[in-house]
Amino acid sequence: MAVARPVLKITGLHKRYDQLEVIGNLSLEVRKGEVLVVIGPSGCGKSTLLRCINGLETIQGGDIELNGQSIIVGHTRWNLVRQQIGMVFQSYDLFPHMTVLENILLGPMKAQGRERAEATKEAEAFLDRVGLLDRKDSFPRQLSGGQKQRVAIVRALCMNPEIMLFDEVTASLDPEMVREVLDVILGLAEQGMTMLIVTHEMAFARAVADKIVFMDQGSIVESAPPDIFFQNPVSDRARKFLNIFQFEGVKKEERHND
Amino acid sequence: MFLGIETEFIAKALPLYGQAAWRTVWVAACGVALSLIIGLFCSLARYYRIPGLKSLAAAYIELARNTPLMIHLFFLYYGLPRVGLTLDGITCGVIGLAFLGGGYMAEAFRAGLEAVSRAQIESGLSLGLSRRQMVRYVILPQALAVAVPAVAANTIFLMKETSVFSIVAVADLVYVFRDLIKEGHSNENLFLLTIFYLVIILPVSILFNRWERRLRRDGIGH
Ligand SMILES: Nc1ncnc2c1ncn2[C@@H]1O[C@H](COP(=O)(O)OP(=O)(O)OP(=O)(O)O)[C@@H](O)[C@H]1O
Ligand SMILES: [Mg+2]
Repeated sequence: MAVARPVLKITGLHKRYDQLEVIGNLSLEVRKGEVLVVIGPSGCGKSTLLRCINGLETIQGGDIELNGQSIIVGHTRWNLVRQQIGMVFQSYDLFPHMTVLENILLGPMKAQGRERAEATKEAEAFLDRVGLLDRKDSFPRQLSGGQKQRVAIVRALCMNPEIMLFDEVTASLDPEMVREVLDVILGLAEQGMTMLIVTHEMAFARAVADKIVFMDQGSIVESAPPDIFFQNPVSDRARKFLNIFQFEGVKKEERHND
Repeated sequence: MFLGIETEFIAKALPLYGQAAWRTVWVAACGVALSLIIGLFCSLARYYRIPGLKSLAAAYIELARNTPLMIHLFFLYYGLPRVGLTLDGITCGVIGLAFLGGGYMAEAFRAGLEAVSRAQIESGLSLGLSRRQMVRYVILPQALAVAVPAVAANTIFLMKETSVFSIVAVADLVYVFRDLIKEGHSNENLFLLTIFYLVIILPVSILFNRWERRLRRDGIGH
């Protein structure tokens, strides 16, 4: 079987804020159609990693390639690079002064210079898929958190990006809205979208990932397919991290020990 | 006579005040419009820290805000002719008001620009918008909405500041008032002067209030 080409390739990435080293010598690859899920403790540099990829942060060393082209070496026109990278943030960040449809069309029409009719058709198809076509003329303030986040995903998708980056997109949602957003991402995975996902939802990570990357203190500690990683983490740090998410059976065991 | 006010005189003076009010409105409108443009450029120069322009804008803003309009007008009307540039009173009024207002409007817009969150900007950048597109579609619409209350206050302030224009021979409301009061009827003249200022300023105030309420309802702006 032929191995798919890498869409994103990071080699030896270094990122410092002043003296604080946040990412040290990190390398990873996301192949076409692959879903990589990055997990790790708070502050380990997951968001920073995503932000470096679409140029929201400058980097202090290493290289990032998109479809085999370095976006670091030489003169990078970041607005063109970003058009190929779909980014979704934890706080949705829809534009409050625009309707849902206007939010979605801004990138395709203004940044990519596409025709309104054609872009609208695509936007409506995506909205339909996430169940929000009837809300296309609503303003963000009229939507729930889960709805806003689904719109934010559609807004990124409508750019037809090479890769989607998700940064804890369910972290500020009420629990009953988490599912509707994760389902959208699962759907994208089924359709072969290339994705790099940061999440604290372990069950979701396990379901969606082709590969789990476990980060701690700015570097990759281990990376493995989800089944192997979750059943048999190799490193102590990963084991400790996964323990945080295990609550069941504690009392029973305690009683047993008495 | 009505409440001690001589209605005959009022009827006679009304057209004079009406004309002056119309002139005042025009000069104020031109001055405010120009001050909005100047303010926008200065605030953007500072917001984007454009080398050279940034410090120039900062210096101008301080100068405009910390000197009285009367001095700007004296300079334009009596100072410039000495270097060979003679402007009529109305032109001086418009330029003086724009100079003063530009400084205030720049501060209003700056507050608006600073209110646009980092997250909104990164959200726009992530869509691959260029710098210019960011300003036009993401930053300015939100910044202007936030700036509306301050712009409203500045506009009303500038309209009231026109009351010193008579020193450069603009036949505005105060000019007519001063002219007519020489022949008495001080109560009637004061009454007319007050009414006419209210007539030109109150609608502006009400319109801005409505606009602010609508922005608040829409959850944009403050
Ligand atoms: N702008 C900044 N200036 C200085 N330090 C920063 C900045 N942004 C992040 N950091 C630091 O960099 C480190 C990594 O932050 P980052 O946000 O990438 O972590 P994270 O893995 O996304 O955490 P979380 O799971 O809480 O979102 C943290 O120690 C953080 O304090
Ligand atoms: Mg984070």
